[in-house]
Amino acid sequence: MRGGLIFVSTLTVGALWGAVWMIVVGLLLMLISGAVAAPPVGLAALTGVIGAIAYLLTQRQQRTRKTLVIYGAGIAVVLLALTRFAPFGLSFETAPMYQAAALCAFALLVIVSVHRCLDGYAPERIGRYAFEVLLLRLLKGIGFVVFSIVVVLPFYVMVMTSLKSQQSLMANPLDFSIDIGQGASSLFRSYRELFTEFHFGSFLLNSAIVSVVTVIVTLAFAIPGAYAVARLKFPGQAFLSRSILLIYMVPAIVLVIPLYAVFSQMGLRNSLTGLMIVYPATTIPVALYMLQGYFRGLPAELEDAGLMDGLTRIGVIWKVTLPLALPALASVSLYVFMIAWNEFLFAFMFLDDLDIFTLSRGVVSLNSSEVPRQHLMAGAVVATVPVLALFLWFERFLVGGLTAGSVKG
Amino acid sequence: MIEAEAPKPPKEAGALAKRETRLAYAMLLPTFLIVLGIVLGPLLANFWISFKPVELADLRAAAPVVNEQLRPRPSTAGEAVILRYRLRNSSQKDPITGVTLKDELPVGISVTVNDERCSLVGRTLDCDFGRLDAKERLELKFPTIVSQAYLDSGIRARDTKPILTGGGRNVLTSFDFTLDNFRKIFASDEFWTILKVSLYYTIFGTIGALVLGLFAAQLLNTAFAGRNILRGLFLFPYVAPVIAVAFAWVLLLDAGPGGTLNAIFQRMGMTEGPINFLGQKSIPFTIFGMSFEFPLALTTVIAFEAWRYFPLSFLFILARMQSISSEMYEAAEMDGATPLQQFWSISLPQLVGILAVLFLLRFIWTFNKFDDIFLLTGGAAGTRTLTVDVYEQAFAVSNLGAGAAVAVVVFAVLLFFALIFFKFSPQDDR
Repeated sequence: MRGGLIFVSTLTVGALWGAVWMIVVGLLLMLISGAVAAPPVGLAALTGVIGAIAYLLTQRQQRTRKTLVIYGAGIAVVLLALTRFAPFGLSFETAPMYQAAALCAFALLVIVSVHRCLDGYAPERIGRYAFEVLLLRLLKGIGFVVFSIVVVLPFYVMVMTSLKSQQSLMANPLDFSIDIGQGASSLFRSYRELFTEFHFGSFLLNSAIVSVVTVIVTLAFAIPGAYAVARLKFPGQAFLSRSILLIYMVPAIVLVIPLYAVFSQMGLRNSLTGLMIVYPATTIPVALYMLQGYFRGLPAELEDAGLMDGLTRIGVIWKVTLPLALPALASVSLYVFMIAWNEFLFAFMFLDDLDIFTLSRGVVSLNSSEVPRQHLMAGAVVATVPVLALFLWFERFLVGGLTAGSVKG
Repeated sequence: MIEAEAPKPPKEAGALAKRETRLAYAMLLPTFLIVLGIVLGPLLANFWISFKPVELADLRAAAPVVNEQLRPRPSTAGEAVILRYRLRNSSQKDPITGVTLKDELPVGISVTVNDERCSLVGRTLDCDFGRLDAKERLELKFPTIVSQAYLDSGIRARDTKPILTGGGRNVLTSFDFTLDNFRKIFASDEFWTILKVSLYYTIFGTIGALVLGLFAAQLLNTAFAGRNILRGLFLFPYVAPVIAVAFAWVLLLDAGPGGTLNAIFQRMGMTEGPINFLGQKSIPFTIFGMSFEFPLALTTVIAFEAWRYFPLSFLFILARMQSISSEMYEAAEMDGATPLQQFWSISLPQLVGILAVLFLLRFIWTFNKFDDIFLLTGGAAGTRTLTVDVYEQAFAVSNLGAGAAVAVVVFAVLLFFALIFFKFSPQDDR
């Protein structure tokens, strides 16, 4: 029975990779070329099994790169034969270049994945250890593929929809092929219309103003507070450093009714000022928590030296502590910016007038049956790109900030 | 207490300590004030509102409204016309008290004031009406003679805006209390369904995000080329604005002709017709002769929740895993432990602390979540949670009091879970 384990494993590896790569490559072929394919998943699994068994039966020292390429070619031929020259369920006349590229990609991906899983294995009895290693290799490989697709697919759909027209999407929802020939102005028509007819220029500006002001106000409030909690001794210090985060657990939806009522009567509701009061109030506690943790880690001797030299406390904070805490300040700023930029509930409840909409509010206003969906998706892209670009640019800081104090949802 | 027992410090030090305390409080004051005003204050105000019969329309307090006209429109000097003021109470149900009107009349008209509530001194008209009942209207008609000066000046009667005083009672600050809001929400059958849906959503959304995060962290725990890129990519769902990803999911899962995922499934031959992921409440199915309902839309929003928040747990778990010393694994390897045994016996025990903290935080935050479900389904198809219900009651049904009452329930449930967590949480972890 144990001797059969490696064969069962090989069958599984081959079949799974054959099926997975057929689905992925077939989908990509459809999305990119616009051809209506019907990927033969079962036959692809069979092809994968054949490839995997051939690989297993090969001597270990012969499993060179050259052999892999030959086996890849073999897999392509087998798939062609099994599917009667329609490797993706459609005749080779439609989109032949794309299909050829897809076939090559499929064959190579299958043989490389099989190699990654079965490297070092031979048709012989394997123990539990070797079996688990093989199993984990397979799970991890599939995990990579599935995770990447699941994460990317919504964003891909978002971007591609924004570049298509409603009619062509209705006709074939999987056709995300981009017709370069139509020219940039036609390709980016939704974006141009958003900025010319749907006021997205002012939404973008409003979002930027609100987010930047929120960051500044949050820092202005949280830095002294965090310093006091981290460095000064006063009654209630221990209590504060522990309980400040509890404030962060208060749900926004509980605050929204009273704030709506009070701000309505004070005339603050339908205004950006209202948002610029509410946003910092929700971010200050977590910013304070993150900063005080960082301040505590800084050497107190430097500050004492500054005090000895005749600096005031404020002078010490400004000239000694803050320069040392720049990475933490960057993390906190980015994190607060992200929260303010992405905030939806208060923007949605507070803003009524078109000219003070933030992006969140503006995109929601596109969600109606009268506005074509490529506009909605273009709006989503406009809202996403700045914050993602900022995130990628400063990823190191943001990741630090997220792990340091982030508890928010 | 402690100060009394401690030996008395030198006077100088005491003064210094006092100064430090004062400085600390001064530095914390702004934070304290804004938190008090925008978080703690509203939290208390929410309790207050939940006991009041207040509707959305009541936010516009009752006030007098006036319309001023000179009729008919004068065209020649010496013409006799009527100066007319029409007053009404803007509120449909509240009276206004202390209503007065003050108006500067334009040059060149002579007005005969024939109403004892009003008086004319120079060109200033003063009226005192006292009380105006709900919906009550008043009309004042003063005979007026127009001179050439009025026609020449170009300043018309309505150009000078009358100044009104008087106001109704503000529902928010009055002392009318009622238990109707709570009675109403607890009496409805829907409430218990909503509570159940909230708990399902919270529990499965939290577990989903944790399990996905744990799996993703396993993937990226070993070094390889492109790992940083993949790590950045895995954080996308969390960093992108909720409106963008929620609407992308709505389009992706659309059951109509433009839905991507349904098109994929049908092309692959996995399903026959389109599946309405976000619109269908449940799919009936039978196992061993017993019939069950699979809550489709709820599962979809839970999947969204897990997708959007797995990056956070992924990040924390990855950071923790990288800090586990490799010596332990090497020792286990020597003893012949298999990879799965190593995971169960070394990795998982080391991760229990962070997993517990993450579970607690994510649980609370998922329970608080409003945007995601609101944007995906609007609370339809069996996905209405307590937070969505707050919005529905307060703003869709326009009953602020009932909405606040649901918000009180949200807060109470949250407090309940927080107490449980703190009671059972490991003491050493921090």
